[in-house]
Formats: sequence, C-alpha cells, structure tokens
Amino acid sequence: MFLGKKNETRLVVPDEFNVYWKPKSKIWFFASVFSLVLALVISIIMPNVQLINILPYQVFLIGITVILVSLWIVSIYTDSLRKILYQKSQFIFAVGIILTILDLLTTKSGVFKLPFFPGPAQVLAVIVKEKDTLLISTYYSMRLFFVGLIAGILLGIITGILIGWYREWNYWLFPVIKISGVIPAVAWIPIAIVIFPNSFSTGVFLIAIASWFSVAFMVASGISSTPKVYYEAAKILGANEGFLLFHIAIPNAVPSIFTGISTATGFAFLTLIVSEMVGAKAGLGWYINWAKAWSAYDKVYASIIIMAVAFSIILAVLTAFRNYVLRWQRGIVK
Amino acid sequence: MNKQIEQALIEVRGVSRIYYDTTGKQTEALQNVDLEIRNGELISLIGPSGCGKTTLLRLIAGLDLPQSGSLLMENKPIDKPGHDRGYVFQQAALFPWRTVEENIATGLQARNIYKGKKSRIKEYIDMIGLTGFEKAYPHEISGGMAQRVAIARALINDPKVLLLDEPLGALDAFTRVDLQNTIRQIWKETGITIALVTHDVDEAIYLSDRIVIMTARPGKINEIINVNLGDERDRNDDKFIILRRLVLEKLHLAGSHLSSRLVDPLELTEVRGFGEAI
Repeated sequence: MFLGKKNETRLVVPDEFNVYWKPKSKIWFFASVFSLVLALVISIIMPNVQLINILPYQVFLIGITVILVSLWIVSIYTDSLRKILYQKSQFIFAVGIILTILDLLTTKSGVFKLPFFPGPAQVLAVIVKEKDTLLISTYYSMRLFFVGLIAGILLGIITGILIGWYREWNYWLFPVIKISGVIPAVAWIPIAIVIFPNSFSTGVFLIAIASWFSVAFMVASGISSTPKVYYEAAKILGANEGFLLFHIAIPNAVPSIFTGISTATGFAFLTLIVSEMVGAKAGLGWYINWAKAWSAYDKVYASIIIMAVAFSIILAVLTAFRNYVLRWQRGIVK
Repeated sequence: MNKQIEQALIEVRGVSRIYYDTTGKQTEALQNVDLEIRNGELISLIGPSGCGKTTLLRLIAGLDLPQSGSLLMENKPIDKPGHDRGYVFQQAALFPWRTVEENIATGLQARNIYKGKKSRIKEYIDMIGLTGFEKAYPHEISGGMAQRVAIARALINDPKVLLLDEPLGALDAFTRVDLQNTIRQIWKETGITIALVTHDVDEAIYLSDRIVIMTARPGKINEIINVNLGDERDRNDDKFIILRRLVLEKLHLAGSHLSSRLVDPLELTEVRGFGEAI
C-alpha cells in the first residue's frame, strides 16, 4: 500500500459556538417562576372590572409555570437544557411582569378601554371560545399559503436555472424578472381578481408571483457565481453538460436558493394576509377583516397571535431543513 | 522505476498562447514552446511567476487552447479536457457539497460507471491514508488532506498522465514533505506519468526525472535538466545540494537575463555528471 499518513489533525469546528446569556443565573430562573405566579395570583385575588372568562388565562399561566418547573427538574440531569433554560429565564421573567401589568391595566381596572385594547385574559378566552373558527381559518390560510409558495418556488427554481444556465433565457427573461420583481405582488390584485375564477386561485397566483421572483433571482445568481475551477475539475473528470448543470452548478446554487426561499416566504406571508383580506371568504386574513367589521378587537388580536405562532413554526421548520441540507457548509457560513 | 519506455506520451510543438486583457494589451504567456513528456516519467516545470508553466499544464489538460502550434497525446490532438488526464489544482478545488468519498467518486459518476465500484473508492481512500474520513466534508479536513483527496479524485479514472498544478504550494513545510513522499510513492507503484508545476526547487529535484526551467515574458522553455539522482533521494546529499545550486542559478539567469551571474565553472563541471543540462 501507499504511504498513508494520518498525522494531519482534523480541524474541529465547535458545533455549539453559542454564547449563552447568563447560563448560570439560578436567581433569574426563580424570578421567572415568581413573575408567572405573581400574574396568576393577581388574576385570582383581584376583582375584575371587565366581565370576561378568566379561566383560560389562569390555566395558561399554570401550564407555563408547570412546564417551566418540570423542565428545571429534568435539567438537573441535563447540562445543555439547564443552560438554555437559564438563558431564557430573564426573558420569561419580563413576560410574566408585562402580563401582570397588562392584566392590571385592562381586566382589573379598565384603564385601557374596550373594545380596542382587550387584556391578555380576554384574548386567551376568545381563542378558546373561537377555536373552531380559528382552526378552520388557519387551515384555509395554510392551504393557500403552501400551494402558492410551493408553486412560486418551483417556478422560481425552473426559471432561475434557465436564466442562470442558458444565455438566451438570460437575455429574454432576466430583464422581465428584474423589472416585475420590484412590483409588490399585491399590486396585481385588481387584475388577478378579473382573471381568476375564484378567490383561491387568485390567492395562489398572488403568492406564487410574490415568491417567484426572489427565488428565480437567487437561483440564477447562485448558478452563475459557480467558480470556474469546479467546472474545470468536473470536465477533466469526464463530465458532460448535464453533469455540470445538475451536479456542479445546481448544488453550488443551493445556499442561494435557500436565501431566495427565505425572502419569498416573507413576501408570501404578507401577500397571503392581504389577498385574504381583499377577496377571500375564509382564512386568517378574512377573519381579521370580519372581526374588525364587528369591532371585535379581541378576535383581531387572537388571529394575530395565531399568525405569529404559525409563521414562526414555518420559519423554524424551514431553517431546520436548510441547516440539514446545507450541513456541508457548516463552519463556513454563520 | 518506470523509465523503460522513452517514447513520448505528450508532444508539445511550437505552442504559443497570448492573453489579452480588457484594454486589449497582450501578454505572451507562452512563445513557441516545444516539449516532450515521456511515458512514465515524472517531469517538473519550474520558473518565475508569469513564465507560463500553469498555462502549459492547462493546455495539456485541454482546459485552454493555444493560438498556434499543436499538442498531441499519443499522437492524437488535445482539444478538450478528458478523463485520460488527471488534474490537481493549486487549491484542491474539492466540491464542498460532496463528502470525501463522493468527491473521489465524481469521475466515475460523471462517466456513468459508478455502479458496483464502491470498493474501488475505498481502495483509493486507503491509498491516500484518509480511512475514517469518508463521510467528512471538505471544510472539515485540513489543506493537506484536501490535496490528498484531490489526487485520489484525479486518479480514480486511471488517467495516463497526472497533471499537478502547484498542489503543495499552499501547504506548510511538514505537510508538504509528507505529500511529496505520497506523490513519489504513487508514481512508483502505479507507473503513471506525472507533470508537476512547482516553484519549489527542492521539490522539483526530490521528485522528478527531468526539470524544465522556464523564463517569463514571454514564457518559454529555457533549459531541461536531467536529474540522475537515483531512487533514494536525500535532500542533504552533496549531489542534491549541488544540483539545487545549479537549478537556482539557472533560475536566476532565467529570471533576470544577467549573464554575469554564471555558476562557478568548477561546480558546473562537477554537476554535469548527474545533473546534465540537455
């Protein structure tokens, strides 16, 4: 066998380069538990000025406190969990205090007037009461969102590859993308409503348009920025044009594709809600509009909270997927 | 040793390559270059930067075309890159999205002959001493390891010639010596023809059968030196040291065109015995 030297050390890139914020502050953890208990106690002992069902709010506070304490018990045995828990403690403390203050200003005193500024207890109560409508609205929104976004991403990837790889496509299509890409998708609403038969296809069209351009642009630039040396290395290994495109140019463009998808997702959220507000008969955007018409601002806040949760979950899943696909990049970027 | 066949594998005949920059200014990277690379030899191209040694290697690889002259490999003209030649770039140029084994497998996949060749990949990973790193990504390994992978990736196609473009230039001294031994070992065991571009005189003398000394602006071949140092080479051997001085002097002459910097005639005569200028 050939001389094989293994004495070159592998470069270790620390996986967890996370700088924790106060990972050892036990006091802040107890403070966070205290603030939640405080919010709960005030909710229980102080009389209400506004007539609402405060049980969901109390259950919510008890639930969080129980989760927090049981995580703490588990974290006695797991070092990493304790660090994360302690890191979040200060923030949870602030949340508890703010909930207490909001509760005092609304439900307990009526300083903030209804219907525009409902308290946390009322918003939670309305989420529980309206859960069926909210669930079905969320379902319709998510269906529209994913169909539109996936259509936009697929279109974007295909046109991006064509633009990035073929000069003819670049010549004809790239100016179109550049100019129409700066137009906010919602500007097409009047035209889309006329062209498409129902509100669903209108929404799909608008969201696809909104996400198409940023994906196409990033795919094209990812492909055209492939270092020449990769092509040369592959060519001399016997690669044909198909191999160069699918095994060199496109893999090289994947990080940009994800950047494009992230941007597209943001645009798609916006377009989703606006298009539902304008024409739809279902979905969270429609629900907000409908609630506003009845001056039911507690419902408006409720659907805003649902949106925040749903969109955060989508972004988190997208980020996790991106990190998995781009694991070859770990240590280079970040 | 693999020098039994003196027949030319690659012939470079009257090759010129001119580059134009954006202002239209022209640089003559190569001017009327003739060179034969013999079957099974290890030949080094050495010279100051801008002497066209990399250009010459790229022309042989088919990554570039000359303005005039011809390049032949086994009497067939070289006009495009192909898997009968292996190329190792200065900066490894591993595909960062592919693991070590996937990088090495690239050549087989590109030619659609990958199926059932898994053991062959393993063989090459063992050969370069990277067993255990099969699943590592390029950013997880050191520069020296990356060059080993690049060499294995080039060898997987069983090329007739391995073209090395300053593959050790960016490495530290220890890793470099280590890899020089690996290259020499591969050369001995496979009998492959190797053309090496380098700016390291020791490396050239340590590894090669012949050293091609080139001059810059315009790039051309100044002299070819036979290195008859035998199989076991010692960098502190007298002959090695004298040969090193000879090459360095040639390079000085080559670079500056100063005829006053002649080598001591006595040493030159002494050198002639084993480091014969042709």
